[in-house]
Amino acid sequence: MLKIQKLTKIYDGGVQALTDVSFEVPRGQFLAVIGLSGSGKSTLLRCINRLIEPTAGKIYWNEMDVTDASDEELRHIRRKIGMVFQHFNLVHRSSVLTNVLAGRLGYVNPAWSLVNRFPKSDVENAYKQLERVGIADKSQHRADELSGGQQQRVGIARAMMQNPEMILADEPVASLDPVLAHSIMQYLEKINKEDGMTVLCSLHFLDLVHRYADRVVALNQGMLMFDGSPKDIDDAKFKEIYGREAERVG
Amino acid sequence: MKNKKPDKFRSLKVGILVLVTLVVYAYGFQVTKVNLAETKSENRREQLFRILRALARPNILEYEKEEFVVRVPIMIPCPEAGFTPAPIADTTQPYMVVTPSCSDPRTRVQVQGFNFEPLTRGPLNLVPFDSGVNLQLENIEIDRFGNFQAEVLLPNRPSEDAHEIVAITRRNIGSPHLTRTAYDTWDKIIETVFLALLATTLGVIIAIPLSFFAARNLMKDVTSSLLGMSLSILLIPVGLFVGLQVAGWSYQVSQALTNNMVMAVSGTVVSPVLVWFGLRWALPPQEIKPPEASTRIFRIAVMIVAAFIFIILLYLLSFLMLTWGNALDDALGSFGFLGRFIRDLGDILNTVVKVLVALAVAGLFNSIASRWGEALSRRKDSLSKAGHVILAIAAGAALLIILMAIINWFYLFKDIDLYYRYAGGIGAILGLVASLRYRSTDAVPSGMILYYVSRTIFNALRSVEALVMAIVFVVWVGIGPFAGSLALALHTIASLAKLYSEQVESIMAGPLEAVQATGANRLQTIVYAVVPQIVPPYISYTMYRWDINVRMSTIIGFVGGGGIGFLLQQNINLLNYRDASAQMIAIAIVVSIMDYVSSVLRERYV
Repeated sequence: MLKIQKLTKIYDGGVQALTDVSFEVPRGQFLAVIGLSGSGKSTLLRCINRLIEPTAGKIYWNEMDVTDASDEELRHIRRKIGMVFQHFNLVHRSSVLTNVLAGRLGYVNPAWSLVNRFPKSDVENAYKQLERVGIADKSQHRADELSGGQQQRVGIARAMMQNPEMILADEPVASLDPVLAHSIMQYLEKINKEDGMTVLCSLHFLDLVHRYADRVVALNQGMLMFDGSPKDIDDAKFKEIYGREAERVG
Repeated sequence: MKNKKPDKFRSLKVGILVLVTLVVYAYGFQVTKVNLAETKSENRREQLFRILRALARPNILEYEKEEFVVRVPIMIPCPEAGFTPAPIADTTQPYMVVTPSCSDPRTRVQVQGFNFEPLTRGPLNLVPFDSGVNLQLENIEIDRFGNFQAEVLLPNRPSEDAHEIVAITRRNIGSPHLTRTAYDTWDKIIETVFLALLATTLGVIIAIPLSFFAARNLMKDVTSSLLGMSLSILLIPVGLFVGLQVAGWSYQVSQALTNNMVMAVSGTVVSPVLVWFGLRWALPPQEIKPPEASTRIFRIAVMIVAAFIFIILLYLLSFLMLTWGNALDDALGSFGFLGRFIRDLGDILNTVVKVLVALAVAGLFNSIASRWGEALSRRKDSLSKAGHVILAIAAGAALLIILMAIINWFYLFKDIDLYYRYAGGIGAILGLVASLRYRSTDAVPSGMILYYVSRTIFNALRSVEALVMAIVFVVWVGIGPFAGSLALALHTIASLAKLYSEQVESIMAGPLEAVQATGANRLQTIVYAVVPQIVPPYISYTMYRWDINVRMSTIIGFVGGGGIGFLLQQNINLLNYRDASAQMIAIAIVVSIMDYVSSVLRERYV
């Protein structure tokens, strides 16, 4: 369902973030993206929905060329791809409900959404999503009144509002403690297994990768170093991905 | 030890730097005419102290005064027989004693007073015989026992008859009451606050939308093909023209309706309902699949009709406000200003509708242009390549001709046709160059162009002092607070747009990214990710600007822009420092109250 071909990104300053990255993701897979900080994980995920404009290469989403999509087409592609962020990226001063409803912005009529009118079904769905992540009682709170774990749940609820076919999770648990991290990962696992959602998740910790991912791609300095099952990452591979100095923990 | 040499060099550099600094400041002293002798001059100091003391006693409160007049005779010079004044009749009343009771001119005598009202003051005068003239000898202060003592120099007024020495002391009676100055100051500070309020409101309304154009983080992602840009440049003026025409037609239709009051009122009531249902039908809340072409066309037709009805509604509303406002003005008596307010609002609405419709249609044409431009450039065939070059040339020519028209408005050239031809030619060449520089599929940073253009305009506007603007507006709308508020509004737009845009630039990028990732379009992203983040700084900057406008309006008054400045300037020119002090205190009080209110507001909304 997602095909990435020779994806290259060079930032304005000349930094080569991605070099000829190619892989495919079949429907329903839980794919982990690993690599050091600055290895291009975030850039890769953001290129997929063109939050970052790729320099070269092609991305196909359900046979549609994302890199060549017009604004209108891109809007339709983006609304089918939910995104979850390391820093949650909630609008702090808006209510939790508004943050979740923002997930529908790709669907609703822009004119009505500008005056904050959402269809009734969307509002009901928003409450349902909040209930699903267990914070229905917080719907009227301001987003910044919530704890980190709760904020990430709101982030997931927002992504789920899009009724997505795929979730891009950019280090979703890197700002959370280990217990919360597992609960968030379990939630992603649940929507992957139960709803058949494709999940692309960049992760730092290998134990999380082993525990949750079906498949791993590893990046080092923007190049694809490894593509396979988590089980196949042995010590040699590990050093290749993370560098010679790296110690294996956990 | 390696860097010993550079060290030496460095101290030399520091030495030169110190020397240069000295020279700079010496020249500064010379240019600003620093004159310490003047500051030490006794005369100047006395004047300074007089002003400072006057400023310290603002003319706000005064008492009713009661005057006590006490007289005692004196002979200048002593008659040959000597002079013995009549003995004091009643020593329980205030009385004065002069010793000696007669003396030569230009000699000193001692005057003593008893039983006066304690702690009062006043002049001690000499009233020459039968003249009624008061020659002030001294200012006396009564001590707390009701006595005073003064040694006075007798004037050269020799006479056969007895003169009188008269003490006049004044006593405050009753409770203090506000002076005329206080009332005038109150009137004018109210005027100032509302002047500043109107200027700030007008400025904020216009500055908020403009500030988004001057925010780099929002504009840097805005790109379009050269084709789209060229089409926009060509179609926006057409849109403005069409918008004005549409407004004109709607106005005529509304005029036809307003001949009959019943029609006007019923039209005002019915049309919002029509518009509401039209929009509800034409804009379904959400659609998963794009509708068919026929539905689309029908919907667009309904929306156009709804828009037309809406414009007519606005005109009807403005008509009703004008009529009813006038009626209320007559009916309400002293509250007539409410009626006049409604009438003026109607008048403003009438003007604003025309501008808004023109802008809206121009915006519509712009979005159509960019859509067509994008569609055309994505075809990547010979048509799009030809369009790329031809439209760029046409747009370049059109742009420069419009610019030339604006320049011509100022300078009124004689052979303007020739200038237009030159401008068109140069524009066409620039367009051609641009079309060669960019390929038809390249993204032109149109957002950044808009960013730089708006920034430049704001900076230019901001650097024009509000005082100068006020002079221009005084010429236009006459002396008074209205001119002042327009001038301040213009200045407010320029500076707030800049301050606001910097706040937009400093928002967190994360939420922006997240909202974009949901498939939101640009406007939705602004409403859902940008606006919530900028509410607190916008509130505090708005309050701050209001406060600046209050202070600025003191200056505006100097050139006839109304407000308290007019009074302040008059009093300074007339050397009424005590009155000026009252006005300065009023400004200080208003500014501190606003500071307090803004901090409370910020606490609540941040």
